[in-house]
Amino acid sequence: MKSYSNKYIFIFSTVMVIIVATLLTFVSESLQPYQEKNVEVEKKLDILRSVGLSGGVDKAKNKNQFVEEKYAGNITKSLVININGEVQKGLEAFPINLKEELRKAPEERKLPVFIYTTPEGKEITIVPLQGKGLWGPIWGYISFQPDMSTVYGATFSDAKETPGLGAEIAQDFFQEQFKGKTIFDASDKFTSIQVLKGSAGKGNPHAVDAISGGTITSKGLEAMLSDCLGNYEKYFKLKKE
Amino acid sequence: MFSSKNLKLLRDPLGDSNPITVQVLGICSALAVTVKLENSVVMAISVMAVLAVSNVVISLMRNYIPPRIRIIVELVVISTMVILVDEILQAYAYDVSKQLSVFVGLIITNCILMGRLEAFALGNKPWPAFLDGIGNAAGYGIILIIVAFFRELLGSGTIWGYPVFEKLGLYKTGYLNNGMMILPPMALVTVGIIIWVQRSRNKNLIESK
Repeated sequence: MKSYSNKYIFIFSTVMVIIVATLLTFVSESLQPYQEKNVEVEKKLDILRSVGLSGGVDKAKNKNQFVEEKYAGNITKSLVININGEVQKGLEAFPINLKEELRKAPEERKLPVFIYTTPEGKEITIVPLQGKGLWGPIWGYISFQPDMSTVYGATFSDAKETPGLGAEIAQDFFQEQFKGKTIFDASDKFTSIQVLKGSAGKGNPHAVDAISGGTITSKGLEAMLSDCLGNYEKYFKLKKE
Repeated sequence: MFSSKNLKLLRDPLGDSNPITVQVLGICSALAVTVKLENSVVMAISVMAVLAVSNVVISLMRNYIPPRIRIIVELVVISTMVILVDEILQAYAYDVSKQLSVFVGLIITNCILMGRLEAFALGNKPWPAFLDGIGNAAGYGIILIIVAFFRELLGSGTIWGYPVFEKLGLYKTGYLNNGMMILPPMALVTVGIIIWVQRSRNKNLIESK
């Protein structure tokens, strides 16, 4: 075997590292706009999905363009509120990262709200959700009828939940259950929506069926709903009146 | 270019020297990404791209790599390729990259890659190294796809997301999906069955006592 001097090894390593670093920086920089666009379109698609407007996206020739057009045509308003339900002027709702906001003290949080106007002129309120599953973050969007209590639609996504178990929260059959559930009871108390095992969810206006085998993810989802919707409680009550 | 010796490099890993069933390398990811057929196919293609290119790169550098730091050099090459694949997936196949998220990164730790670089690319010319990479990745991929086929069919009742069992009306007869097929241990059992079948057909693979 040929032997190499230490000097050669040092030079070899340095040159290799510089080449690799340059290559990766270049690729990362040149692909970044595409990646950011994908993330943005994904967010818009999630918002559309929560009001049941994502149909046809799989068949669309240009997914990005399809989503952008649908979003621009249907999501008529977006605003930022604080924990007391007061609208914060001059802030953009879309770029807000809910994950970072949830780390702040409740009074400092900037909470985004999106409004979808149906063809009949009904205003559907969409709010984002962010929480923890078993292995990593879970997130989603939930939308409410103008009574600010009845769920119009919901969508959830996950990054690392177990496929076939916890990851089922991203499936239609689970999300469909949320439609028509209410987050305020008859005496106007905030109840959120519980995720219950077995058939306990049936007939209960404030609960849905959990995923069997996905208990921790289901519990995480329940906590996410009550934590995130809790932030909007005052806004919902104000808006209802 | 495609001499019998070179073709052997492509063919052998598919059968008698299969990286998973015979060399028992890369088992870890075979357990992780085989819940759905689609993920397995993308994983197989990604591994193929990374392995073929890394093999060629290492083979081109084989006379310049100091033996004392060769493992690090191999790792740097593999990691670079993996990051490139990940970045490209994120930019052009975002939906797939979301599903594979962590697993693409885990290609770095796939033993097949290090194994082939060490055993083959360091001592061979680029073209055979390229074929060796394609062959081994295909051998790996084919097992992944077989395992995923059974796990997705029996675990979720679908093939490539298409609800086969539902269309056949199997659920009406009281059939239930086997939730255990979705969990990693059943991938190991499936791989075990494939190894058993392969060895019972080819007695040469059985170690002498």
